[in-house]
Amino acid sequence: MTEITSLSLFELIKNIKEKKISSNEAAKSFVDRSEKSKKLNTYVTENFENCLKLSKEFDNKPNFDLKLPGIPIAVKDLFCTNEVRTTAGSNILNNFVPSYESTVTQNIWNEGGILLGKLNCDEFAMGSSNETSFFGNVQNPIAKDLVPGGSSGGSSSALAANLTPVTIGTDTGGSIRQPASFTGTVGLKPTYGSCSRYGIVAFASSLDQAGPMSKDVKDSSILLEVISSFDKKDSTSIDFKRNNYSSELTRNIKGIKIGIPKEYRVDGMPDEIENLWKKGIEYAKDCGAEIIDISLPHTSYALPTYYIVAPAEASSNLARYDGVKYGLRSSGESLIDMYEKTRSEGFGEEVKRRIMIGTYVLSSGYYDAYYLKAQKVRQLIKKDFDEAYNKVDAILTPSTPSSAFKIGEKSNDPVSMYLNDIFTVPVNLAGLPGISIPAGRDKNNYPLGLQIIGKPFDEQTVLNIAYSMEEKINYKNNITDWWME
Amino acid sequence: MVLCDIIFYHMTIDLKTVKHISKLARISLEEKKAEKLADDMNSIFEFIEKLNELKTENVEPLTSIAETTLRFREDKITSDNIREKILKNSPEKNDDFFVVPKVVE
Amino acid sequence: MSKNNSEYLIERNDNIYEVVIGLEVHAQVTSNSKLFSSSSTKFGAEPNTQVSLVDAAFPGMLPVINEYCVKQAIKTGIGLKAKINNKSVFDRKNYFYADLPQGYQISQYKYPIVGEGNVILDMPEGQKQVGIERLHLEQDAGKSIHDIDPSNTLVDLNRSGVALMEIVSKPDLRSPDEVNAYIKKLRSIMRYLGTCDGNMQEGSLRADVNVSVRIKGSTKLGTRCEIKNVNSIKFMQMAIIYEANRQVDLIEEGEEIDQETRLFDTKKNETRSMRSKEDAHDYRYFPDPDLLPLKITDEFIDQLKSEIPELPDDKKKRFIDEFKISSYEATILVSDIDTAKYFEEVVAKMGKNRDMKLAVNWITGELFAVLNNKNIEIAHSPISAKNLAKLINLIKNGTISGKIAKTIFELMMDGDIDPQIIVEEKGLKQQSDPKALEALIDKIINDNREKAIEYKQGKEKLFGFFVGQAMKASGGKANPQLINEILKKKL
Repeated sequence: MTEITSLSLFELIKNIKEKKISSNEAAKSFVDRSEKSKKLNTYVTENFENCLKLSKEFDNKPNFDLKLPGIPIAVKDLFCTNEVRTTAGSNILNNFVPSYESTVTQNIWNEGGILLGKLNCDEFAMGSSNETSFFGNVQNPIAKDLVPGGSSGGSSSALAANLTPVTIGTDTGGSIRQPASFTGTVGLKPTYGSCSRYGIVAFASSLDQAGPMSKDVKDSSILLEVISSFDKKDSTSIDFKRNNYSSELTRNIKGIKIGIPKEYRVDGMPDEIENLWKKGIEYAKDCGAEIIDISLPHTSYALPTYYIVAPAEASSNLARYDGVKYGLRSSGESLIDMYEKTRSEGFGEEVKRRIMIGTYVLSSGYYDAYYLKAQKVRQLIKKDFDEAYNKVDAILTPSTPSSAFKIGEKSNDPVSMYLNDIFTVPVNLAGLPGISIPAGRDKNNYPLGLQIIGKPFDEQTVLNIAYSMEEKINYKNNITDWWME
Repeated sequence: MVLCDIIFYHMTIDLKTVKHISKLARISLEEKKAEKLADDMNSIFEFIEKLNELKTENVEPLTSIAETTLRFREDKITSDNIREKILKNSPEKNDDFFVVPKVVE
Repeated sequence: MSKNNSEYLIERNDNIYEVVIGLEVHAQVTSNSKLFSSSSTKFGAEPNTQVSLVDAAFPGMLPVINEYCVKQAIKTGIGLKAKINNKSVFDRKNYFYADLPQGYQISQYKYPIVGEGNVILDMPEGQKQVGIERLHLEQDAGKSIHDIDPSNTLVDLNRSGVALMEIVSKPDLRSPDEVNAYIKKLRSIMRYLGTCDGNMQEGSLRADVNVSVRIKGSTKLGTRCEIKNVNSIKFMQMAIIYEANRQVDLIEEGEEIDQETRLFDTKKNETRSMRSKEDAHDYRYFPDPDLLPLKITDEFIDQLKSEIPELPDDKKKRFIDEFKISSYEATILVSDIDTAKYFEEVVAKMGKNRDMKLAVNWITGELFAVLNNKNIEIAHSPISAKNLAKLINLIKNGTISGKIAKTIFELMMDGDIDPQIIVEEKGLKQQSDPKALEALIDKIINDNREKAIEYKQGKEKLFGFFVGQAMKASGGKANPQLINEILKKKL
């Protein structure tokens, strides 16, 4: 039989329900493999002992009606977990232990999931390579010294390395889809308002969304069904009829109209991305979809807009880390001195850079020129999609303009790092659902992803298209366990 | 919007501005880092300024992606006294209060 | 310095200055729970015992708005005859302070829930209308305590997140007297509406005072200074006088006035520049992305309008029309909702044969004096409206004299006793039997023959002497009107 750790979530659930594998056996397998994989640096906080204990408790009193019966799951360290340290990858929260649980993780535990541990991420989810984490780089299991993407880099790495059957990330500008693309995994960012933001350490409130990351599309549908819920504790949570994503999952997408936006053909895009996209279009046709050329005219303004809106919101969201109530405090002669030292020592360079940008664009005299302008352009970007969706049901694009890069390659050039998010950011700005699925490899054999963008609240169509294309693409990660040697 | 145009086309962020912003953001900055930060910010704003190509006078700003109204909560007290939990993580221990360096008004 | 009506003028070297005042009143919304969290707003709890994870700004915590607070703000807006905005937006006001856990205050900046309105002041020389610029909802901050620990500041977040209404007036006020009248009127309206208890000692009502001066007759506004967070009317008035004179002195010396925020030092009776916030003035307002725009339908507003009680101005008008009392008396009786309620209950209990004059006099005279002396609110009056009405009726129908009534009033306070019972138990019923009184008076005239002769010879002052003797002889119970009549006849 295949190793437990390489099973898909769907297979693992099946085996547990059929009592072929116990929850404790599953937990042991993932814990063992995680113990042997410390070189990847995926975990910030391990919850192994507790996970083993809880899995035993599950086996003693199993409930197979649950959607995640006794399934061990590691989560991004941006989700607050009751009595388990939550750092957001930052020194300023190094010692922070919440007394509460995020709604998304609570939904997982309510369905029988068991916390394996907290996964590394870029500090406050600000980054595209997991290099901004206070807890160090994360290795991409695809190859040594390759970044796993970011900000959910610990999640994508742990998933691709089979340290967790599925995981959850958060996506503000591509933080689920880009790392999924870099590690040959599936990552879905739901419609803004689908998953509650309650208990998730905030980066940019109007853009942040939690979502599933998995080894295949079906697993994402199972996990989305668990985590997506209307939550009164989040004023931006939306009360809409949620599908039974996994049971409604179908490969019948005949006649579905898929748009190809010409503006995503950007200058200097490598041929291999262009070719991947062409292949993707062919796969979509093979699945019965109708391909339609569309235009999203304001695409090139998305990144500049994002780099005003996200830092502005972040500069305010991160004001609460001031050394008074929790987290790091540096000693200072006065209150202000304490603030300044705490925040200077507690935040890393990228976070400080973004706080500075955000503070600047909101400051007196610049608000209209930057923040207000960006909000107006955001409206134009959203309208582009609204109009496109009069013609098509979904949109197909590459997930990223390049494959995974080497650790250190872009860390000194913020702008080139930001360009990584060029295809994912518009989706956040418009609040739409988007999925990245592995679709091919570059010349180095590194995975490349395709992105399917859907209408608001139409995760089902996105999943269905991804599910059909996945079958045609038939991509399999080729992990050698190089880090275990 | 003449002022905006001036800001867009002639703006460079100097050291003085960086220091002022760091003061507002309550982040202390060493001189050396301030220079590097000024450089970084200038290169970031160079690409941000692309937005100025667009005319947006008649566009409504998008403040929230959810097109609904604010949902109301009932006026009920559902939080108990959780002082212990609230103070548990505070860097300077005190059973009743948060503690900060002396403030002189 | 001179005082002309309710204007406050300052004279220096032949220049006459007037003071221009605008107020930003912060009124705590009466509600059970906070504006964006479900913890209690109750005053006086142990430190940090009414603090939720939202109030202390824990990572990932989100605000959810309290419907009741929104209704309260709209009701107050209606009470201020103001425009209610169908769409308003919550913004973040960003600054760092020890008692501001989020590092920002959720407030309303560009789009407040309530727009322009007005308030009528009853000044001695007549009515004055003061414009309201806007009313918006915002969160209160916590409390920094500087005097418990000598080396640290302690922070209590119980108040953090409590709903406040900031009511901004136009710069229409011209004197400390008008400020007094304005605050009292606002307080009165909000207490009628039940939207703010107006308790200044507990900090439910505070104000930032904007003061500027200009040569009288000028229409240009001078540079203003904002005096922060003054929590009593007396201090507001003192601060205004100090600040106005400071500004006049500066102008007379040819100096510029800096537009700045100042603190009022109640011990030194002076305002001074606030140093600690000097470089924190850029609040970087932007719409709070955790909240959506607040949309209010006309039906929602109409529903609230139908719940608005009679407000002081209308009540006053009705008191004058219906009860035929003077404008001055009506102003006093409507100024506080509990007084108005008490008065109306007395009126109702007096029944058909009511005597308004007596009711007004007894409430504003005897009762107010007692309440003042004992520092009791009228809502907790030791004598109920029902029993006061009975007492007034006993006077009106001649059962007791006004003088005896005062004695009974004193006795009633010991547990709100029914005056009828006191009259019966103590035998205090007025003596109104003419025959008995005639006999009594005959005896007095007999005993004081000489004085009776003097009276007849024209010494009319002596009439009072006989009245006094008669009252004394009756133990104060004699009906004074009858005594007068009989004495006149017999002397």
